[in-house]
Amino acid sequence: MTVKLTVFSAVGSLVWGTLLAAMRVSPVPVMRGFGTAYVNIVRNIPLTVIIVFSSLGLANIFGVTLGAADNFAVQGFRLAVLGLVAYTAAFVCEALRSGINTVPVGQAEAARAIGLSFSQSLRLIVLPQAFRAVVGPLANVLIALTKNTTVAAAIGVAEAATLMKTMIENEAQTLAIGAVFAFGFVVLTLPVGLLLGWLGKRLAVKR
Amino acid sequence: MTHVSTAKEEAASTGDLVALRSVDKHFGALHVLQDIDLTIARGEVVVVIGPSGSGKSTLCRTINRLETIDSGTITIDGKPLPEEGRQLARLRADVGMVFQSFNLFAHKTVLENVMLGQIKVRRTDKRQAEERARALLDRVGVGAQADKYPAQLSGGQQQRVAIARALAMEPKVMLFDEPTSALDPEMINEVLEVMQQLARDGMTMIVVTHEMGFARSAANRVVFMADGRIVEEAAPDQFFSNPRSDRAKDFLSKILHH
Repeated sequence: MTVKLTVFSAVGSLVWGTLLAAMRVSPVPVMRGFGTAYVNIVRNIPLTVIIVFSSLGLANIFGVTLGAADNFAVQGFRLAVLGLVAYTAAFVCEALRSGINTVPVGQAEAARAIGLSFSQSLRLIVLPQAFRAVVGPLANVLIALTKNTTVAAAIGVAEAATLMKTMIENEAQTLAIGAVFAFGFVVLTLPVGLLLGWLGKRLAVKR
Repeated sequence: MTHVSTAKEEAASTGDLVALRSVDKHFGALHVLQDIDLTIARGEVVVVIGPSGSGKSTLCRTINRLETIDSGTITIDGKPLPEEGRQLARLRADVGMVFQSFNLFAHKTVLENVMLGQIKVRRTDKRQAEERARALLDRVGVGAQADKYPAQLSGGQQQRVAIARALAMEPKVMLFDEPTSALDPEMINEVLEVMQQLARDGMTMIVVTHEMGFARSAANRVVFMADGRIVEEAAPDQFFSNPRSDRAKDFLSKILHH
């Protein structure tokens, strides 16, 4: 469940984070304002609050159940993904934006000079180079995300932390069980970090 | 009837391609362009020279609206420069630009650099775009480097690729913004050679440069700028042997006598 939660949230937050970053560098003031406001609000709210809000606030008060009103487990999972995406995207956006700043202005100028539109030059020239520059920081964000999935336990999604809690209640082997789960997370995140570190070196744009 | 229409076409094809009318621009308190009037005819090669900070590069960059202007008008082929947007992108495709720092797309190969605009802007099909790109790379003498990345090329080679990239769009006019200023001395000539060839082929060119040799041999007209103004315009022979303004005399005495 932890892995599933991580993968769905990672894909979602990369897409949404990229869109946010595009908004923050766009020439349209309204979009820039929205992107800036979103990032500054969302990244300063504790994840627990966001997750609990997406369950209690969205589902119970506004009736947003993401098409799973009668299945509590599925609904919880979907809402947890939504909360994690909303939260992590703010960090993906900021990592990407710092990447965009590493791409020399001349690249965008050259792109515009051959007649590419703003969105074309962002998609074809600037973002591909920005992504390569921030593989390392993105690995950080993804590792944090993997560990943050444990917060989903707060709304009863049966991921690793929930499982651990149940086991500790039943077994009374606190230390051993804690160590096993900690080790489990290292096994999940270490390869991600190593793989992305290697990828970052391989893809680096030479100037 | 046919006579009239051909005469008309001729008038259009020999008329002014780029026209700047009382163009003004400020960078904060600095008045970088002051009341600039300049017209460039089809097929003409205009070299813009002057001390640094005189506004030459800014002038060059306003022509495809990489820099906006405060007042005045700029028309290209009879049409005024549009506002930011699709129209402007279309116009920029018709105006080739070569930068001081090359600005080749660093994550794409040389060949992809030259193909990109054709495919994404001109909607040429891939095979045709590649054919044209290879022909252009051969023409500027870097055909053998097609599959390398820009960082693997020398400065002179990169700049020639940049020229090929601009030519791939079949521009009406080419802007050169100090194309040889970032190059090692031994690579300057290979780039100037390509530009000379272009000039001989009848391309309309606006060249901001410090290469007086190029100005002398390739230009139809020399425009001398200082402090944001066009101080003098003349044929190269006349300008270099007999400049009229004191500012130009002073400038030439500093660069030619050593």
